[in-house]
Amino acid sequence: MSTTSTTSGPAACWACGATLGSFALLCPACGKVQPLGSIDYYQVFDLDRGFLLDTVSLEREFHRLSRKLHPDRFARASAQEQEWSLTATALLNDAYRTLRDPIQRTEYLLKLCGLKIGEENSGKSKSADRQPPADLLEEVFELNMQLEEMRMNQKMGEDDPSLQADLTAARGKFETLLAEVDSDLASKGSEWDAGNAATRENAANAMAAQLDRRRYLRNLVRDVNEVLSTATD
Amino acid sequence: MPEERIIGIDLGTTNSLVAYMESDLPVVIPGVDGSNLVPSIVVLDPVAPDAPISARSVTVGNSARRALIESPERAIYSVKRLMGRGLADVQEELKLFPFRLADDIQPGEVLRIRLGEMQFTPSEISAYILRQLKRNAERYFGAEVKKAVITVPAYFNDAQRQATRDAGRMAGLDVLRLVNEPTAAALAYGLDRAKEGIIAVYDLGGGTFDISILKLNDGIFEVIATNGDTHLGGDDIDNLLLAVALDEIRNEHGVDLRQQPDAIQALRKAVIEAKIVLSTEPAAKLDIELPNGDRYQREVPREVYEELIQPVIERTAGPTKQALTDAGITPDKIEEVVLVGGSTRIPAVRALVDQLFQLSARGKQPHTELNPDEVVALGAAVQASILAGSSTTTEELLLLDVTPLSLGIEALGGVVARIIQRNSTIPASATEHFTTGVDGQTNVAIHVLQGERELAADCRSLARFDLKGIPPMQAGLPRIEVKFLIDANGILKVSAREQRSGLESQIEVKPTYGLTDEQVETMILDSFDYAETDFEARQLIEVRLEADNILDKVQKAESSPAWRLLTADEIAAIAAAVTELTTTKAGNDLAQIRASITGLDHATRNLAEKMMEAAVSGAMRGKTMQTASDELDRSGDPEIHAPHPFAKAEFDDSTKINPTSEQQAEPGQNPEEDQK
Repeated sequence: MSTTSTTSGPAACWACGATLGSFALLCPACGKVQPLGSIDYYQVFDLDRGFLLDTVSLEREFHRLSRKLHPDRFARASAQEQEWSLTATALLNDAYRTLRDPIQRTEYLLKLCGLKIGEENSGKSKSADRQPPADLLEEVFELNMQLEEMRMNQKMGEDDPSLQADLTAARGKFETLLAEVDSDLASKGSEWDAGNAATRENAANAMAAQLDRRRYLRNLVRDVNEVLSTATD
Repeated sequence: MPEERIIGIDLGTTNSLVAYMESDLPVVIPGVDGSNLVPSIVVLDPVAPDAPISARSVTVGNSARRALIESPERAIYSVKRLMGRGLADVQEELKLFPFRLADDIQPGEVLRIRLGEMQFTPSEISAYILRQLKRNAERYFGAEVKKAVITVPAYFNDAQRQATRDAGRMAGLDVLRLVNEPTAAALAYGLDRAKEGIIAVYDLGGGTFDISILKLNDGIFEVIATNGDTHLGGDDIDNLLLAVALDEIRNEHGVDLRQQPDAIQALRKAVIEAKIVLSTEPAAKLDIELPNGDRYQREVPREVYEELIQPVIERTAGPTKQALTDAGITPDKIEEVVLVGGSTRIPAVRALVDQLFQLSARGKQPHTELNPDEVVALGAAVQASILAGSSTTTEELLLLDVTPLSLGIEALGGVVARIIQRNSTIPASATEHFTTGVDGQTNVAIHVLQGERELAADCRSLARFDLKGIPPMQAGLPRIEVKFLIDANGILKVSAREQRSGLESQIEVKPTYGLTDEQVETMILDSFDYAETDFEARQLIEVRLEADNILDKVQKAESSPAWRLLTADEIAAIAAAVTELTTTKAGNDLAQIRASITGLDHATRNLAEKMMEAAVSGAMRGKTMQTASDELDRSGDPEIHAPHPFAKAEFDDSTKINPTSEQQAEPGQNPEEDQK
């Protein structure tokens, strides 16, 4: 997200002069598309910030706004309106993509709260060496040994059913841990949604830590899956 | 009539089509030869060696077909395979296709193809095809056409899309939208707004394969995942059969045809015909005379053929499974499967689709009601109508498509950092921040890539550009915000701003394998200055051709049994109309010639009906010569050809789209197996 402090959208509709809300993509009076101010993904959908949200009504709202904002609706409009429609729809799509996914939504909202979240896809730092969570050090160490052994076996064309069974079991364990993280994120999320400033800060910090753990676990499961899928081919 | 007509174009590897939304149904606009399909073949007509450049002319479509064999060095087909590609990308294609590239192409330069004594970029060749389609539409409307929607394979990357848009501009078309082919097909099928649920479109054409998974909901067509292979299609099957035949000919007859372009073209034609036969028959025969007088005779049983092509067909399974995974669904959640592209006529392809989506196991069948060769163009016409806002049928429809490939930038160590994931709904955007590494640095170089691989070297390089004019500052201090935006055509736009100084940086986005605006400008086919007079001259030539067509048809009809059923008055009226048209045709009055054509058309209406009645059972009222001869063509009467396209106003719904009759047409009447 941009951190620029540009002014919010104009106060009046360029076409009909009606008064606009602070983050209107469309004029409430005449329905014309408006130039984009600096608005966040929640404001796009006119939602309060929160970790839990109803994705069914989010989709409905996404479709409703798409029908009005999409560039297809502006093929005969002025070049200026076409440009506004394009940027507004890109924002709408980016917002929908982020908010409909619980993990992306959590990362986004924590960033809005000012927390730094490890950005795997953000481009600048691909922090390859992340520390495993402290409570899992031993298990992760053992798993990595097994993965290495399995890769060696595969290279040599050897088969080790017991090792494969161990890895399958380990995968099950880490998937369970992953599910625990997700359910903890959800409960911390509702704590945040319902809480005051103090509980919110605690919940947010806890979620940021859980996101790091989750990223680590997910990479681990992915590695095991890779090795196991080669084995079954 | 709306003042601005927007046409829908399917620019295919093998065939191209143009369609238009006629009140509430899309129709394909036929060419002057009466055929809906314009083969994507371009031939440079022979000119005297000292003729000026302006004297160059090309022939496109069916009339260019003969030149493929007679003067292959002046002809090109399947140029879509070269669109938006660089020299390194096409090495495999060059082994399989008779493309003759210029010798002096540098890496990173747009390809140039040699035709006779001249050279053309792939966009220019495509522009000639587009211009032909534009003219067909103009003849149909009797008015100039300037705006179009053009379809592209869903899996086309940025460069391929840009090359297609450039071709449109060169042909004098304002390309309002590039639409993905499978999505267009879904639109053609989904005009009925009540459709809900998740569908898959499996599109195997002449040169490309696409798979798209869509969610339909109250007129919104939301693509949730797409995948594909831009180099997989019926062409690959043809090449395989051709390679086998060439080997056999060398082994059995001691003749190596590989260095004889005309012989290869003749052989290619024969194997394509065999392929088409094998879609309906248990075996096909090849019987070709070789240059040494021997005959190459071979019977190909369906089982042998299917075993041979299985590896090609199997290559569609991987992308299909990936699309399902990306969509987060299992095959049993797919409610309907739509088949698109001529290659889906192959029974083995249908068997694979059935297996991939567990169709027969669930008591389902794929959708094939619309002609797989035409469905994409019909969908393009629907999208054109959405953009034009010209039809109540399409008023509530909206297409939400996705970008097929992830967008990334090269980070330290040659790794790709993804900034927009594949299958993101477009338009989509991402904002990145950059800074400098050296004190006083005023430029930052950015390398944009498209693809799914980890290393920049394995992805498709889209553009390298420089952020210029950064105010000199301490290293790391400038904060440059770069905004990447993929528009509704799937094409990338980049803008940048230095935030500390508030300066808008000057960016030069140089596409890696693309033409600059200036280059495109010089390649525009028709000079604007002459466009108006050109248009009238062209219309005159074309209306005369139509006049010849209908006169020819009437003359042939005189020997038909239906002629004897006419009254003396009717025969006299026809004779008068023929005389009138023959006279006006010699003059230069466009409107008068048109009026005479309409006059003859009216005079022959009863004749047309009689001919229809004789040919098909049941009374067909209100037909004109046009539709009557269309139907007769389909029913196999070899006497009547080339309907004239002016009589379209009489179409009724049952003939506009006649899926059943298209589907049941004899294989011999459907000479084009491949579409894309």
